[in-house]
Amino acid sequence: MSGSISQLSEASFAEQVNSSSEPVLVDFWAEWCGPCKTIAPILEEIATEQSGSLRIAKVNVDENPGLAREFGVQSIPTMILFKDGEIVHKIVGAKGKEAILADLSPHL
Amino acid sequence: MSSRNVSTSDKSSVRNVIIIGSGPAGLTAAIYSARANLEPLLIEGEPSSNSDQPGGQLMLTTEVENFPGFPEGIMGPELMANFREQATRFGTEILTSKVSKVDLRNRPFKVWIGNTSAEPTYLAQSIIVSTGAQSLMLGLESEKRLLGHGLSTCATCDGFFFRDQDIAVVGGGDSAVEEAMFLTRFASTVTIIHRRAELRASKIMQDRAHENPKIKFMWNTVVEDILGKNSVEGLAVRNLLTEEQTIVGFTGVFVAIGHRPSTDLFRGQLDLKDNGYLITQGSSSKTNIEGVFAAGDVQDDYYRQAITAAGSGCTAALDAERFLEDQGH
Repeated sequence: MSGSISQLSEASFAEQVNSSSEPVLVDFWAEWCGPCKTIAPILEEIATEQSGSLRIAKVNVDENPGLAREFGVQSIPTMILFKDGEIVHKIVGAKGKEAILADLSPHL
Repeated sequence: MSSRNVSTSDKSSVRNVIIIGSGPAGLTAAIYSARANLEPLLIEGEPSSNSDQPGGQLMLTTEVENFPGFPEGIMGPELMANFREQATRFGTEILTSKVSKVDLRNRPFKVWIGNTSAEPTYLAQSIIVSTGAQSLMLGLESEKRLLGHGLSTCATCDGFFFRDQDIAVVGGGDSAVEEAMFLTRFASTVTIIHRRAELRASKIMQDRAHENPKIKFMWNTVVEDILGKNSVEGLAVRNLLTEEQTIVGFTGVFVAIGHRPSTDLFRGQLDLKDNGYLITQGSSSKTNIEGVFAAGDVQDDYYRQAITAAGSGCTAALDAERFLEDQGH
Protein backbone atom coordinates (compact mmCIF):
# COMPACT_ATOMS: atom_id res chain seq x y z
CA MET A 1 0.00 0.00 0.00
CA SER A 2 2.91 2.35 0.62
CA GLY A 3 2.67 5.51 -1.43
CA SER A 4 -0.37 4.37 -3.39
CA ILE A 5 -3.34 6.66 -3.90
CA SER A 6 -6.79 5.13 -3.50
CA GLN A 7 -9.97 6.29 -5.23
CA LEU A 8 -12.77 6.82 -2.73
CA SER A 9 -16.48 6.43 -3.37
CA GLU A 10 -19.51 7.41 -1.33
CA ALA A 11 -19.61 3.80 -0.11
CA SER A 12 -15.95 3.52 0.90
CA PHE A 13 -15.31 7.05 2.18
CA ALA A 14 -16.25 6.63 5.85
CA GLU A 15 -14.38 3.37 6.28
CA GLN A 16 -11.22 4.55 4.48
CA VAL A 17 -11.00 8.02 6.01
CA ASN A 18 -12.53 7.73 9.49
CA SER A 19 -10.75 4.57 10.50
CA SER A 20 -7.32 5.49 9.14
CA SER A 21 -4.56 5.56 11.72
CA GLU A 22 -2.73 8.16 9.64
CA PRO A 23 -4.01 11.57 8.49
CA VAL A 24 -5.66 11.33 5.07
CA LEU A 25 -5.44 14.07 2.43
CA VAL A 26 -8.49 13.78 0.18
CA ASP A 27 -8.13 15.38 -3.25
CA PHE A 28 -11.45 16.32 -4.89
CA TRP A 29 -10.89 16.28 -8.64
CA ALA A 30 -12.41 15.61 -12.07
CA GLU A 31 -11.21 14.58 -15.50
CA TRP A 32 -12.16 17.96 -17.03
CA CYS A 33 -10.19 20.11 -14.56
CA GLY A 34 -6.82 21.32 -15.92
CA PRO A 35 -5.28 22.40 -12.57
CA CYS A 36 -6.32 19.02 -11.07
CA LYS A 37 -4.19 17.30 -13.70
CA THR A 38 -1.27 19.61 -12.99
CA ILE A 39 -1.15 18.66 -9.32
CA ALA A 40 -1.75 14.91 -9.80
CA PRO A 41 1.97 14.05 -10.21
CA ILE A 42 2.82 16.27 -7.22
CA LEU A 43 0.36 14.37 -5.03
CA GLU A 44 1.87 11.08 -6.21
CA GLU A 45 5.32 12.30 -5.17
CA ILE A 46 4.03 13.44 -1.77
CA ALA A 47 2.23 10.09 -1.26
CA THR A 48 5.48 8.23 -1.83
CA GLU A 49 7.68 10.55 0.22
CA GLN A 50 5.27 10.84 3.17
CA SER A 51 4.35 7.18 3.15
CA GLY A 52 3.82 6.11 6.76
CA SER A 53 2.86 9.56 8.04
CA LEU A 54 0.20 10.56 5.49
CA ARG A 55 -2.21 8.80 3.16
CA ILE A 56 -3.57 10.41 0.02
CA ALA A 57 -6.93 9.51 -1.47
CA LYS A 58 -8.99 10.92 -4.33
CA VAL A 59 -12.66 11.67 -4.82
CA ASN A 60 -13.90 12.03 -8.39
CA VAL A 61 -16.63 14.68 -8.03
CA ASP A 62 -18.37 13.58 -11.25
CA GLU A 63 -18.94 10.14 -9.77
CA ASN A 64 -19.48 11.30 -6.19
CA PRO A 65 -21.33 14.65 -6.24
CA GLY A 66 -22.80 13.84 -2.82
CA LEU A 67 -19.36 13.82 -1.19
CA ALA A 68 -18.48 17.15 -2.80
CA ARG A 69 -21.72 18.62 -1.46
CA GLU A 70 -21.22 17.10 2.00
CA PHE A 71 -17.81 18.79 2.36
CA GLY A 72 -18.84 22.08 0.75
CA VAL A 73 -16.54 21.68 -2.25
CA GLN A 74 -17.34 24.42 -4.78
CA SER A 75 -14.00 24.59 -6.52
CA ILE A 76 -11.54 21.93 -7.62
CA PRO A 77 -8.94 20.94 -6.89
CA THR A 78 -9.84 21.10 -3.19
CA MET A 79 -7.69 19.05 -0.84
CA ILE A 80 -9.07 18.29 2.62
CA LEU A 81 -6.91 16.85 5.37
CA PHE A 82 -8.72 14.50 7.77
CA LYS A 83 -7.35 13.33 11.13
CA ASP A 84 -9.37 10.70 12.99
CA GLY A 85 -12.25 11.48 10.64
CA GLU A 86 -12.23 15.21 11.47
CA ILE A 87 -11.38 18.00 9.01
CA VAL A 88 -8.19 19.69 10.17
CA HIS A 89 -7.20 21.65 7.05
CA LYS A 90 -8.56 22.63 3.65
CA ILE A 91 -6.54 23.70 0.59
CA VAL A 92 -8.59 25.31 -2.19
CA GLY A 93 -6.97 25.60 -5.61
CA ALA A 94 -3.83 24.17 -7.16
CA LYS A 95 -0.46 24.91 -5.55
CA GLY A 96 3.17 23.86 -5.94
CA LYS A 97 4.66 20.97 -3.97
CA GLU A 98 6.52 23.14 -1.45
CA ALA A 99 3.39 25.19 -0.75
CA ILE A 100 1.24 22.07 -0.23
CA LEU A 101 3.83 20.55 2.12
CA ALA A 102 4.08 23.82 4.07
CA ASP A 103 0.27 23.81 4.50
CA LEU A 104 0.25 20.19 5.67
CA SER A 105 3.32 20.11 7.91
CA PRO A 106 1.74 21.64 11.07
CA HIS A 107 -0.83 18.82 11.01
CA LEU A 108 1.46 15.85 10.41
CA MET B 1 17.97 24.10 -3.12
CA SER B 2 21.52 25.27 -2.43
CA SER B 3 23.12 22.15 -3.93
CA ARG B 4 21.82 23.17 -7.34
CA ASN B 5 23.03 26.74 -7.15
CA VAL B 6 25.98 27.42 -9.39
CA SER B 7 29.05 29.58 -9.15
CA THR B 8 29.30 32.30 -11.76
CA SER B 9 32.80 31.12 -12.62
CA ASP B 10 31.68 27.60 -13.52
CA LYS B 11 31.46 27.96 -17.31
CA SER B 12 30.44 24.36 -17.93
CA SER B 13 27.15 24.86 -16.13
CA VAL B 14 26.04 27.76 -18.33
CA ARG B 15 22.91 26.81 -20.27
CA ASN B 16 22.58 27.79 -23.93
CA VAL B 17 19.03 28.93 -23.44
CA ILE B 18 16.60 29.17 -20.56
CA ILE B 19 12.92 29.59 -21.40
CA ILE B 20 10.78 31.15 -18.69
CA GLY B 21 7.08 30.25 -19.00
CA SER B 22 5.32 27.28 -20.55
CA GLY B 23 2.28 28.37 -22.54
CA PRO B 24 2.12 27.92 -26.33
CA ALA B 25 5.00 30.42 -26.80
CA GLY B 26 7.42 28.87 -24.31
CA LEU B 27 6.74 25.29 -25.35
CA THR B 28 7.08 26.10 -29.06
CA ALA B 29 10.38 27.85 -28.32
CA ALA B 30 11.39 24.69 -26.42
CA ILE B 31 10.47 22.39 -29.33
CA TYR B 32 12.50 24.47 -31.80
CA SER B 33 15.53 25.04 -29.60
CA ALA B 34 15.60 21.38 -28.49
CA ARG B 35 15.56 20.28 -32.13
CA ALA B 36 18.45 22.67 -32.73
CA ASN B 37 20.40 20.77 -30.03
CA LEU B 38 20.47 23.76 -27.70
CA GLU B 39 19.39 21.55 -24.76
CA PRO B 40 16.94 24.14 -23.44
CA LEU B 41 15.88 24.41 -19.83
CA LEU B 42 12.21 25.35 -19.54
CA ILE B 43 11.14 26.77 -16.19
CA GLU B 44 7.43 26.18 -16.40
CA GLY B 45 6.09 27.87 -13.26
CA GLU B 46 4.12 26.47 -10.35
CA PRO B 47 0.60 25.04 -10.26
CA SER B 48 -2.18 27.46 -9.39
CA SER B 49 -5.86 27.81 -10.18
CA ASN B 50 -5.52 31.05 -12.09
CA SER B 51 -4.00 31.54 -15.52
CA ASP B 52 -0.46 32.04 -14.12
CA GLN B 53 0.46 28.35 -14.15
CA PRO B 54 2.25 25.68 -16.19
CA GLY B 55 0.58 25.45 -19.60
CA GLY B 56 -0.77 28.99 -19.30
CA GLN B 57 -4.23 30.30 -19.99
CA LEU B 58 -5.35 27.31 -22.08
CA MET B 59 -5.19 25.14 -18.96
CA LEU B 60 -8.38 26.87 -17.82
CA THR B 61 -10.31 26.54 -21.07
CA THR B 62 -12.42 23.75 -22.50
CA GLU B 63 -12.78 23.32 -26.24
CA VAL B 64 -10.24 25.18 -28.41
CA GLU B 65 -11.90 25.49 -31.81
CA ASN B 66 -9.48 27.76 -33.66
CA PHE B 67 -6.11 26.05 -33.27
CA PRO B 68 -5.19 24.78 -36.76
CA GLY B 69 -4.72 21.04 -37.11
CA PHE B 70 -7.64 20.05 -34.90
CA PRO B 71 -10.72 20.16 -37.14
CA GLU B 72 -12.97 18.80 -34.37
CA GLY B 73 -11.43 21.10 -31.72
CA ILE B 74 -9.34 19.98 -28.78
CA MET B 75 -9.55 20.53 -25.02
CA GLY B 76 -7.17 23.28 -23.82
CA PRO B 77 -5.37 21.15 -21.18
CA GLU B 78 -4.99 18.30 -23.69
CA LEU B 79 -3.50 20.64 -26.30
CA MET B 80 -0.97 21.90 -23.76
CA ALA B 81 -0.14 18.34 -22.64
CA ASN B 82 0.61 17.59 -26.33
CA PHE B 83 2.86 20.67 -26.62
CA ARG B 84 4.72 19.57 -23.48
CA GLU B 85 5.15 16.00 -24.67
CA GLN B 86 6.54 17.24 -27.99
CA ALA B 87 9.02 19.52 -26.19
CA THR B 88 10.28 16.71 -23.91
CA ARG B 89 10.54 14.29 -26.85
CA PHE B 90 13.39 16.39 -28.23
CA GLY B 91 15.17 16.68 -24.90
CA THR B 92 13.82 19.81 -23.25
CA GLU B 93 14.52 19.78 -19.53
CA ILE B 94 11.44 21.01 -17.67
CA LEU B 95 11.49 22.39 -14.16
CA THR B 96 8.21 22.92 -12.25
CA SER B 97 9.26 26.00 -10.31
CA LYS B 98 8.85 29.72 -10.38
CA VAL B 99 11.69 32.10 -11.19
CA SER B 100 12.17 34.49 -8.27
CA LYS B 101 14.74 36.88 -9.77
CA VAL B 102 16.76 37.51 -12.93
CA ASP B 103 19.89 39.57 -13.49
CA LEU B 104 20.26 40.48 -17.17
CA ARG B 105 23.03 43.09 -16.85
CA ASN B 106 25.88 40.85 -18.03
CA ARG B 107 26.25 37.53 -19.81
CA PRO B 108 25.92 34.85 -18.72
CA PHE B 109 22.51 35.95 -17.45
CA LYS B 110 21.61 34.89 -13.92
CA VAL B 111 18.38 33.19 -12.92
CA TRP B 112 17.22 32.45 -9.37
CA ILE B 113 14.65 30.02 -8.06
CA GLY B 114 13.72 30.42 -4.42
CA ASN B 115 16.16 32.36 -2.20
CA THR B 116 17.19 35.50 -4.10
CA SER B 117 20.10 36.33 -1.80
CA ALA B 118 21.87 33.02 -2.52
CA GLU B 119 24.08 32.38 -5.55
CA PRO B 120 22.05 32.23 -8.79
CA THR B 121 20.39 28.87 -9.45
CA TYR B 122 21.14 28.90 -13.19
CA LEU B 123 23.28 30.77 -15.71
CA ALA B 124 22.37 31.16 -19.37
CA GLN B 125 23.85 32.58 -22.57
CA SER B 126 20.36 33.50 -23.76
CA ILE B 127 16.90 33.78 -22.27
CA ILE B 128 13.47 33.55 -23.83
CA VAL B 129 10.78 35.28 -21.80
CA SER B 130 7.35 33.74 -22.32
CA THR B 131 5.69 34.35 -18.98
CA GLY B 132 2.35 35.28 -20.55
CA ALA B 133 -0.39 37.19 -18.85
CA GLN B 134 -2.51 36.43 -15.82
CA SER B 135 -6.17 37.08 -15.14
CA LEU B 136 -7.12 40.25 -13.36
CA MET B 137 -9.29 40.11 -10.27
CA LEU B 138 -11.67 42.86 -9.15
CA GLY B 139 -9.38 43.90 -6.28
CA LEU B 140 -12.05 43.59 -3.57
CA GLU B 141 -11.32 42.52 0.00
CA SER B 142 -14.23 40.04 -0.17
CA GLU B 143 -12.52 38.18 -3.04
CA LYS B 144 -9.95 36.63 -0.70
CA ARG B 145 -12.66 35.35 1.64
CA LEU B 146 -14.92 33.94 -1.05
CA LEU B 147 -12.44 32.53 -3.57
CA GLY B 148 -13.31 28.85 -3.87
CA HIS B 149 -16.59 29.43 -2.05
CA GLY B 150 -18.75 30.60 -4.93
CA LEU B 151 -16.16 32.95 -6.43
CA SER B 152 -14.05 31.32 -9.13
CA THR B 153 -11.28 32.11 -11.56
CA CYS B 154 -11.81 28.85 -13.46
CA ALA B 155 -15.20 28.17 -15.06
CA THR B 156 -14.07 24.82 -16.42
CA CYS B 157 -12.98 23.69 -12.94
CA ASP B 158 -15.92 24.94 -10.96
CA GLY B 159 -18.94 25.31 -13.28
CA PHE B 160 -20.03 21.81 -12.30
CA PHE B 161 -20.81 22.97 -8.75
CA PHE B 162 -23.39 25.51 -9.88
CA ARG B 163 -25.95 23.16 -11.41
CA ASP B 164 -29.44 24.77 -11.51
CA GLN B 165 -28.20 27.95 -9.86
CA ASP B 166 -28.24 31.62 -10.88
CA ILE B 167 -24.71 32.84 -11.42
CA ALA B 168 -22.83 35.83 -12.85
CA VAL B 169 -19.86 36.36 -15.13
CA VAL B 170 -18.10 39.71 -14.81
CA GLY B 171 -16.54 40.99 -18.05
CA GLY B 172 -17.39 41.49 -21.73
CA GLY B 173 -14.53 40.12 -23.78
CA ASP B 174 -14.06 36.77 -25.50
CA SER B 175 -13.04 34.97 -22.34
CA ALA B 176 -16.05 36.29 -20.41
CA VAL B 177 -18.45 35.18 -23.14
CA GLU B 178 -16.74 31.80 -23.53
CA GLU B 179 -17.03 31.23 -19.79
CA ALA B 180 -20.68 32.28 -19.79
CA MET B 181 -21.46 29.93 -22.68
CA PHE B 182 -19.71 27.07 -20.91
CA LEU B 183 -21.50 27.78 -17.63
CA THR B 184 -24.95 27.51 -19.27
CA ARG B 185 -24.33 23.74 -19.39
CA PHE B 186 -24.86 23.71 -15.63
CA ALA B 187 -26.51 26.89 -14.37
CA SER B 188 -30.18 27.92 -14.75
CA THR B 189 -29.16 31.44 -15.73
CA VAL B 190 -25.85 33.17 -16.38
CA THR B 191 -25.83 36.96 -16.15
CA ILE B 192 -23.01 38.76 -17.92
CA ILE B 193 -22.18 41.94 -16.02
CA HIS B 194 -20.31 44.38 -18.21
CA ARG B 195 -19.24 47.96 -17.65
CA ARG B 196 -20.03 48.97 -21.22
CA ALA B 197 -23.20 48.88 -23.32
CA GLU B 198 -21.98 46.17 -25.67
CA LEU B 199 -19.65 43.19 -25.66
CA ARG B 200 -16.03 43.43 -26.75
CA ALA B 201 -16.08 39.75 -27.72
CA SER B 202 -15.69 38.58 -31.32
CA LYS B 203 -18.78 38.60 -33.56
CA ILE B 204 -19.25 34.84 -33.49
CA MET B 205 -19.12 34.74 -29.67
CA GLN B 206 -21.49 37.71 -29.38
CA ASP B 207 -24.05 36.02 -31.65
CA ARG B 208 -23.85 32.81 -29.64
CA ALA B 209 -24.33 34.69 -26.37
CA HIS B 210 -27.33 36.67 -27.62
CA GLU B 211 -28.97 33.52 -28.98
CA ASN B 212 -28.54 31.57 -25.75
CA PRO B 213 -31.78 31.71 -23.72
CA LYS B 214 -29.93 31.11 -20.43
CA ILE B 215 -27.70 34.17 -20.83
CA LYS B 216 -28.87 37.53 -19.50
CA PHE B 217 -27.03 40.86 -19.55
CA MET B 218 -26.52 43.71 -17.11
CA TRP B 219 -25.03 46.53 -19.17
CA ASN B 220 -23.15 49.62 -17.94
CA THR B 221 -22.73 47.93 -14.60
CA VAL B 222 -19.81 47.49 -12.24
CA VAL B 223 -19.43 45.18 -9.24
CA GLU B 224 -18.86 47.08 -6.00
CA ASP B 225 -18.75 44.11 -3.65
CA ILE B 226 -19.26 40.37 -3.42
CA LEU B 227 -21.65 39.51 -0.61
CA GLY B 228 -21.83 36.45 1.63
CA LYS B 229 -20.09 35.31 4.80
CA ASN B 230 -19.07 31.74 4.06
CA SER B 231 -20.14 31.50 0.44
CA VAL B 232 -21.33 33.85 -2.28
CA GLU B 233 -24.91 35.08 -1.82
CA GLY B 234 -25.01 38.08 -4.12
CA LEU B 235 -23.36 41.09 -5.67
CA ALA B 236 -23.59 44.77 -4.88
CA VAL B 237 -23.63 46.45 -8.29
CA ARG B 238 -23.80 50.01 -9.56
CA ASN B 239 -25.21 51.21 -12.85
CA LEU B 240 -22.75 53.67 -14.36
CA LEU B 241 -25.45 55.64 -16.23
CA THR B 242 -28.04 56.02 -13.49
CA GLU B 243 -25.63 55.65 -10.49
CA GLU B 244 -28.28 53.33 -9.08
CA GLN B 245 -26.91 50.78 -6.60
CA THR B 246 -28.60 47.42 -6.24
CA ILE B 247 -28.03 44.05 -4.66
CA VAL B 248 -28.59 41.04 -6.89
CA GLY B 249 -28.73 37.45 -5.66
CA PHE B 250 -26.18 35.05 -7.20
CA THR B 251 -24.67 31.90 -5.73
CA GLY B 252 -21.68 31.91 -8.06
CA VAL B 253 -19.44 34.58 -9.57
CA PHE B 254 -16.83 34.11 -12.29
CA VAL B 255 -14.43 36.96 -13.00
CA ALA B 256 -13.14 37.43 -16.56
CA ILE B 257 -12.26 41.11 -16.81
CA GLY B 258 -9.00 40.75 -18.69
CA HIS B 259 -5.34 40.09 -18.16
CA ARG B 260 -2.14 41.80 -17.16
CA PRO B 261 1.27 40.77 -18.51
CA SER B 262 3.50 38.85 -16.10
CA THR B 263 6.48 41.21 -16.35
CA ASP B 264 7.19 42.06 -12.70
CA LEU B 265 10.42 40.01 -12.80
CA PHE B 266 11.83 42.13 -15.61
CA ARG B 267 10.80 45.63 -14.53
CA GLY B 268 13.81 47.95 -14.55
CA GLN B 269 15.82 45.60 -16.80
CA LEU B 270 13.73 45.09 -19.94
CA ASP B 271 11.90 47.93 -21.69
CA LEU B 272 8.16 47.82 -21.08
CA LYS B 273 5.27 49.67 -22.65
CA ASP B 274 3.15 51.89 -20.41
CA ASN B 275 0.68 49.01 -20.03
CA GLY B 276 3.42 46.70 -18.77
CA TYR B 277 3.91 44.57 -21.89
CA LEU B 278 7.47 43.84 -23.04
CA ILE B 279 8.74 45.76 -26.06
CA THR B 280 10.20 43.70 -28.92
CA GLN B 281 12.04 45.14 -31.93
CA GLY B 282 10.15 45.17 -35.23
CA SER B 283 8.94 41.73 -36.25
CA SER B 284 11.68 40.02 -34.23
CA SER B 285 11.57 38.73 -30.66
CA LYS B 286 14.55 40.87 -29.59
CA THR B 287 14.25 42.93 -26.42
CA ASN B 288 16.47 45.87 -25.49
CA ILE B 289 19.06 43.42 -24.10
CA GLU B 290 21.10 41.42 -26.58
CA GLY B 291 20.51 37.73 -25.93
CA VAL B 292 17.13 38.19 -24.25
CA PHE B 293 14.10 37.41 -26.39
CA ALA B 294 10.36 37.63 -25.70
CA ALA B 295 7.46 35.65 -27.12
CA GLY B 296 3.73 35.19 -26.60
CA ASP B 297 1.24 37.26 -24.63
CA VAL B 298 3.94 38.85 -22.46
CA GLN B 299 4.83 41.02 -25.49
CA ASP B 300 1.50 40.99 -27.33
CA ASP B 301 -1.28 43.29 -26.16
CA TYR B 302 -3.18 43.03 -29.43
CA TYR B 303 -3.55 39.56 -31.00
CA ARG B 304 -3.22 37.36 -27.89
CA GLN B 305 -4.05 34.03 -29.52
CA ALA B 306 -2.59 30.58 -28.85
CA ILE B 307 -1.47 30.34 -32.47
CA THR B 308 0.18 33.78 -32.54
CA ALA B 309 1.91 32.94 -29.25
CA ALA B 310 3.17 29.66 -30.71
CA GLY B 311 4.38 31.49 -33.84
CA SER B 312 6.29 34.05 -31.81
CA GLY B 313 7.79 31.24 -29.70
CA CYS B 314 9.25 29.82 -32.90
CA THR B 315 10.59 33.26 -33.84
CA ALA B 316 12.26 33.60 -30.44
CA ALA B 317 13.91 30.16 -30.67
CA LEU B 318 15.29 30.99 -34.13
CA ASP B 319 16.50 34.41 -32.93
CA ALA B 320 18.20 32.78 -29.94
CA GLU B 321 19.80 30.12 -32.13
CA ARG B 322 21.15 32.80 -34.53
CA PHE B 323 22.41 34.86 -31.60
CA LEU B 324 24.26 31.87 -30.06
CA GLU B 325 25.82 31.05 -33.44
CA ASP B 326 27.05 34.64 -33.81
CA GLN B 327 28.55 34.39 -30.32
CA GLY B 328 30.41 31.25 -31.37
CA HIS B 329 28.53 28.83 -29.14
